Amino acid sequence: MRKLIIGMALALCLLPAIGWCAEKSGGTLVWGRGGDSVSLDLAQATDGESIKAGIQVLENLVIFGKDSMNVEPQLAESWKVSDDGLTWTFKLRKGVKFHDGYPFNARAVYDSFARVIFKQHPYYGYGKWQYPAMSLGPVKDIQVIDDYTIALITEKPYAPLLNNLALWLCPIVSPKAMADYKDKIGMHPVGTGPFKFKSWTKDDQIVLERNNDYWGEKAKVDRIVLKSIPEPSARLMALQSGTVDIADDLDPDSIALVKKNPKLAVIERPSVNVGYLAFNTEKPRLKDPKVRQALSHAIDKDTLIKTIFAGLAIPAKNPFPPSIWSYNDANKPYEYNPEKAKKMLAEAKFDFNTEIELWAMPVSRAYMPDPVKTAELLQAYFAAVGVKAKIVRHEWGAYLSKVGNGEHDMCMFGWLGGNSDPDNFLYGLLSADTAKPPGASNAAFWKNAEFTDLCLKGQKTFNKAERTKIYLKAQEIFHAEAPWAPLVHTINVRCYSKKLHDVPLRPNGLNSFQMISKEK
Amino acid sequence: MPIGYLSKRLFHLALILLGVSLLVFMMLRMIPGDPARLLLGEFATAEDLSRLRAQMGLDRPYPVQYGIYLANILQGDLGNSLRNGAPVATEIGMRLVATLELAVAAMLIASLAGIAAGVISAVRQYSVFDYGSMFMALIGVSMPIFWLGLMLMYLLAVMFPIMPMMGRIGMGNEPEVMTGLMLVDTLLAGEFGDFLDALHHLVLPAFTLATIPMAIVARITRSSMLEVLNKDYVRTARAKGMGEVVVILRHALRNAFLPVVTVLGLNLGLLLGGAVLTETIFSWPGLGRYVVDSLMARDYAAVQGCILVFAGLMAFINLIVDLVYALLDPRIRVHA
Repeated sequence: MRKLIIGMALALCLLPAIGWCAEKSGGTLVWGRGGDSVSLDLAQATDGESIKAGIQVLENLVIFGKDSMNVEPQLAESWKVSDDGLTWTFKLRKGVKFHDGYPFNARAVYDSFARVIFKQHPYYGYGKWQYPAMSLGPVKDIQVIDDYTIALITEKPYAPLLNNLALWLCPIVSPKAMADYKDKIGMHPVGTGPFKFKSWTKDDQIVLERNNDYWGEKAKVDRIVLKSIPEPSARLMALQSGTVDIADDLDPDSIALVKKNPKLAVIERPSVNVGYLAFNTEKPRLKDPKVRQALSHAIDKDTLIKTIFAGLAIPAKNPFPPSIWSYNDANKPYEYNPEKAKKMLAEAKFDFNTEIELWAMPVSRAYMPDPVKTAELLQAYFAAVGVKAKIVRHEWGAYLSKVGNGEHDMCMFGWLGGNSDPDNFLYGLLSADTAKPPGASNAAFWKNAEFTDLCLKGQKTFNKAERTKIYLKAQEIFHAEAPWAPLVHTINVRCYSKKLHDVPLRPNGLNSFQMISKEK
Repeated sequence: MPIGYLSKRLFHLALILLGVSLLVFMMLRMIPGDPARLLLGEFATAEDLSRLRAQMGLDRPYPVQYGIYLANILQGDLGNSLRNGAPVATEIGMRLVATLELAVAAMLIASLAGIAAGVISAVRQYSVFDYGSMFMALIGVSMPIFWLGLMLMYLLAVMFPIMPMMGRIGMGNEPEVMTGLMLVDTLLAGEFGDFLDALHHLVLPAFTLATIPMAIVARITRSSMLEVLNKDYVRTARAKGMGEVVVILRHALRNAFLPVVTVLGLNLGLLLGGAVLTETIFSWPGLGRYVVDSLMARDYAAVQGCILVFAGLMAFINLIVDLVYALLDPRIRVHA
């Protein structure tokens, strides 16, 4: 009896300690970001702020690794591709429940995908499906084999499909919620993720709460509050004062201040984007590869990075960054050499007397934070080799349309390869198939048959080693022909309070925050 | 109040709104930029673009689009946002109350402080107070709100953290939404502590927003008071042996008030629609930010709805100002 009493007393003494442990990993994570989300139904989202919030709530069949772009299982446990490369069969995780208690199964996957691509599906009319052509585009049929097995049938062999499925664009949403909320599903997302949606005050905050029934490792913090703080200086001050724990999209000067602050931390990781200058190869003066090579030699990328990107970028030589597999490191960059450029231009009999148009983007992007200054710098580099470039600006919508029509000589552009597949850059931006106006995404209007064939072959090849060989060769051709001057790949930065632990940063900048813990 | 005058003014209001709706509709479509293009950005395929355009109804002829828009307005429907499909009326409603709370608080500060400074400056013309307050007013008018807001935030929320940095209320204190006005909702919920918290959050943004109208009101009050103080009837009042305070407040101020009321009304209208800078700095979820964001995304429905609401509010405030004139000056009569 005495032992029992002592035991109970000891247990009572330990209780606060257990409570403390639980408390230590709880708390509220406050995340300061530049704007509000538009829709939390990720199949309808195009803006970063929607995606950042939505991926905490919704999950996919497969997902990229915590800090890498390798595809890993999420709601699918395993998958296989048929020998003809047309049927992708996914075995689904059992015992998973949506936040509304509805069971996760093959039917849910069917509804989540079919609503986006099949016009006859009852939920098709409930949304503005933003990129079906890019996400599930090649899928022509979906078959529910049993409760936990589903097959996607593509119209042609399409190896990048798996990476597409890992994108935010293909979330699995509760069928009950889709039926209940109809076209308002974006305001009431119900998924299987580590956090549940709680409330949304427009332009102010979104509150997410820990999903205590989560199938995997449960989130450490109790809730996440995503605060919209549109003014960057205010966002920095909020981080400095401890009002927020993470501050997104700070400018380079602010990042420098964060680095000096002992209470704050910064992680940097190369992104999966590219900023480039496309030469319209259909314009007579830019038709000759030698001219394009010469102009590539005229650009000092190191200075560009130092002055415009505050050092937060690496020089580019290929269409996609080194963080993506099959990067061709053997390609030798066009080094900065104005004398060589001048000589090559003279040899190519370039017409120095007529102005050439240099189109500057009117909006800033991660891959092009200050397009006007970048254009001015490029203009100066071209002037130094005798080329008179005239900077042309259009409103963004007009810019996109006119570039898609091929009205430019040279234009600045960029790309974020969210799915981290080389095909996304090579076929999407440089193949002959995508050089057809209007709406051409191949801004160089470069139509190289060998390159395009390699891209198409890559799409049909499922062996990664073979695909790698194909893409290495494609990059070689790109390098020799120089349809673009690839400028930079930027570095993603996350600034946060040192009270947080295990803060992740994937190269595409999109992470679930379930593993983050916060000190009191 | 003559009903005839009111109904005539309300008829004018309807005409103004009709004109504004047509103008905004045309202007939005004249500026370059396709909403579908802007929504999908540089990563869109031509196929996705044309499908989205059709879904948004942008592939129809302009007169048809305007006709549908007008018919919906008459049924009280401002349409759905092109960006997220939410009803524009709901989107505007919740932001309008946030802006209203901020603008009314700012106007309260501006009118109380501005009128007091103006009256004292006029009464003590050429005194140290007069010079001091008019100098401050000059600074107030010329100070960029953006800079002032950030400086106040840095000083009072970061260096000496006595004020909250942003938002309308502390995290976790949000009351259940009844009116959307934090001050009212917290009181209705019986949470006096939260009411004080909301008030605390309101001080910095309201003060920042108040600086310009405060300075204008102070200067107008001063000059108008100076004019009135030299009038015969003021001298007569003084000669009758009336107390100075009564002379100033009842005889002089009331008559000097006409231009001040005009300025107050005009500024309230401006603050309701144009508090975008203050809202941006202090992360205030108001209408100013919404209209700018919508314009950037070419969200036609949202911009059209906002401008219509602004126009309606402005016309309504003008009507109130005219009615207040009649109350202040018995010589002014309203005619139907």
